[in-house]
Amino acid sequence: MLFTVLSGLIGSLLLLPFGKPLKSKWSLLLPLLPAALFIYYLQYIPAISSGEQIHQSTAWVPSLGMNLDFRLDGLSFLFALLITGIGTAIFFYARSYLKNHIYLDRFFGYLCLFMSAMLGIVLSDNIFLLFIFWELTSISSFFLIGFNNNEPASRKSATTALTVTGMGGFFLLAGLILLGNISGTYTISELVSSRNTIIHHPQYPLVVGLLLMGAFTKSAQFPFHFWLPSAMRAPTPVSAYLHSATMVKAGIYLLARFNPILGGTDWWSNTLMIAGGFTMVYAACHSLLRTDLKSILAYSTISALGILTFLIGLGTRDAIIAASVFILAHALYKATLFLVAGIIDHEAHTRDITKLAGLRKVLLPVAVAGLLAALSSGGMPLTFGFIGKDLIYEATLHAGTSSSFILTTLAVTTNIALVAAGFMAGIRPFAGKLPAEFEKIHLPYTSLWLPALLLALLGVLFGCVPGIAGQLFSLQAANAISGSDTQLHLKLWHGFNLVLLLSLATLAAGTFLYYINKPSDKKQYFIQKFNPLSPEFILNRFANGIFSFSTWYTGKFHNGYLRSYHLKILLFAEMLLAYKLWLSGPIKIDFYGLAMLSIYEIAVVAILIGALIMMILTQSRLTAVVSMSIIGYCTCLMFVFYSAPDLAMTQFTIDTLTTVLFVLVLYKLPPFLNLATTWERYRDIAVSLGFGVILSLVALQVHHEAISTQTSEFYANNSYILAKGKNVVNVILVDFRGIDTMFETVVLSIAAIGVYSLLRLRLKTSEKE
Amino acid sequence: MPILLLFSIFLLLRGHYYPGGGFVGGLVASIAFVLHSFTNGTDATMKLLGRKPLSLIPVGLGISAFSVILPLFFGLPPMTGLWVQEKFPLIGLIGSSLFFDIGVYLVVIGVVLTILFTISLTDD
Repeated sequence: MLFTVLSGLIGSLLLLPFGKPLKSKWSLLLPLLPAALFIYYLQYIPAISSGEQIHQSTAWVPSLGMNLDFRLDGLSFLFALLITGIGTAIFFYARSYLKNHIYLDRFFGYLCLFMSAMLGIVLSDNIFLLFIFWELTSISSFFLIGFNNNEPASRKSATTALTVTGMGGFFLLAGLILLGNISGTYTISELVSSRNTIIHHPQYPLVVGLLLMGAFTKSAQFPFHFWLPSAMRAPTPVSAYLHSATMVKAGIYLLARFNPILGGTDWWSNTLMIAGGFTMVYAACHSLLRTDLKSILAYSTISALGILTFLIGLGTRDAIIAASVFILAHALYKATLFLVAGIIDHEAHTRDITKLAGLRKVLLPVAVAGLLAALSSGGMPLTFGFIGKDLIYEATLHAGTSSSFILTTLAVTTNIALVAAGFMAGIRPFAGKLPAEFEKIHLPYTSLWLPALLLALLGVLFGCVPGIAGQLFSLQAANAISGSDTQLHLKLWHGFNLVLLLSLATLAAGTFLYYINKPSDKKQYFIQKFNPLSPEFILNRFANGIFSFSTWYTGKFHNGYLRSYHLKILLFAEMLLAYKLWLSGPIKIDFYGLAMLSIYEIAVVAILIGALIMMILTQSRLTAVVSMSIIGYCTCLMFVFYSAPDLAMTQFTIDTLTTVLFVLVLYKLPPFLNLATTWERYRDIAVSLGFGVILSLVALQVHHEAISTQTSEFYANNSYILAKGKNVVNVILVDFRGIDTMFETVVLSIAAIGVYSLLRLRLKTSEKE
Repeated sequence: MPILLLFSIFLLLRGHYYPGGGFVGGLVASIAFVLHSFTNGTDATMKLLGRKPLSLIPVGLGISAFSVILPLFFGLPPMTGLWVQEKFPLIGLIGSSLFFDIGVYLVVIGVVLTILFTISLTDD
């Protein structure tokens, strides 16, 4: 299993060196990767459907509790098949959809990365591993959504998606860490057994809240739903893959995975049902008001995700079964609808359903795929969507005593709207008379429409033999979600009962709604009136506020003047030190305890002070530089007196080089200018005097503190034994604190590269001029 | 200049037992090159070096990083000091921290010379 996750990562890496040939000649190789993975997972069918679980573990960072633990159970299996199976279709489709795109290799790189990350999420059994892959999907989806990176709108929606999902990821991490702390284990399969500890822990509501934030942002639940419609700027294969089958379902997966651990309490089910219920109704109604094909699909996807959240929250046996079936049914028909929308966009160059009509005459196989998918989404008998819808009604009807009527009403309302939305997306573009402008359209490459048709047919096939499909894919998934045996049995025919009646009524009402709901631009304006109330608008306002604040802050604190940085750093250090001194009580200075001054020292200090005065008063830069180096050398001498040869030597060479540097720069500076006002001078004098006084006080105060020599003793005693060196300072540098030194050298290199590139850049531009 | 360079290498090598080490050694060596460039012009020093000082940085970083990673191949945690058992004439014991110091030495030369030469070659 580890290999399957890694293969995508390796694949995306290989596109760097081999991108060119893969873009043109060998592009057929690319879809083989998900296809191979799909076949690999198919071979687990017998094992999984008989209830087995497969574990695999590789040590990674055992000291942090992070291991590459993978587990394949029913739920992971269902998702893994969806990811690789739909992935195969998408890869084939994208190859033709983006044919001759200059960044095709890059696109597949992101797509491979994304696929691996998704597989990683559903397979990992370690919560940190899960989080890492979770973030990887956010990042790779950022690149995929912003793939058309020359469009500002596309970049903006990518940033929105990343902000929302990234924020969710942050909450998720907090929740997971808390969960791990409470239960003491980071393995998901072990968490199940400590369920009782967790749900009675006082921090349980917090864990649930944080975890749900992660799941809701990813799965676009209200009020975080807005990133999904705006993410429709992505190329259609991306929308189909990310927003039908995989990424948005990651949140659902998380809920399903943690249902046996955290579920079954009021906190859990009420939050999920309220959020899911509101989202499903809200988004379903919203989808009817849209005229853009992908926008309709986006809102109906949000609604479907709401249904899933709602079902998991409901948590009864029927609800879990319904959820596990609906995941599959929805993925099949929604991916098809997206692919169909993509083909229409590709051929007709518009996605506006007020303009599209009659395309069945030119795109027959696509029309068939669209029709089948629309019927499945509408819950027509003999499609898999019908089974899914049946189960949803069954779940709400048997939900409990008083609430089942309300819940069923909600579900029916949502589904009626969804039926109409599905028909709008899957049937309307193909129905009616073909406008003259579309007559020249011809059928695209087979590889473009075949995946859509296959997925649609699969939906019908599963619908005809629901027993087998349920046995193979959904039973064990349902067991994994509920944490017990659900004894799922899917049947095509349940006899005449209320559920069937509701289903048919929904279908009829939806069809009716489809006929009376004529899409028009007026509705768009109607929606726009409510914009100031939408969460997206509020978030944008908030983001703009942050932007202007940071601009203000940057202008204030990072104005690019070295002197202002100096001033601020010194002031801050002064305040910190003064505070600490004040805390440590009255200042005692013991003048008698100090060593006598030698004549050398007095001489050096005299030179030092002379140089200092010289430097401050001089009007010439050169004099200032020379006096500065005199000060440096005097400090050097001090180090020598107090037996710190290493320091002295370093200080000496550094000072020499600094002087050289100053002299070099001096030529290029404008003549000596006096820019500071009198007030600024007094301020600077005050700050520097304050710094001097405080430092002297600290130095004197140190004499009174009991000095802990433990650290230096350790180094002194061990440097020869452990590191075979006699020079303690150097041994500390290269051995004990070697990593520090390593990174310091890196910092130095970065500085050098910075100087080099900045100056070279100026050189180049001045050469051009 | 050769004397200074020799001195810098001396500093680098003895660093483990007496005052000295890669950082100071590197600084001394760069002073040597800087003095050379003052007398003979920067172009002459560049010619003497044979390459851009910038290219010393990755080499130095590489050597340091190598010495950090090296113990991993022997199953020890990174940064463990490894020592060759026998004494080399003149130099004494050789250990992985010497490589680390050589890396630091090269990086320092590279950094200092890059900064100085870039500035001295900039003409407005």
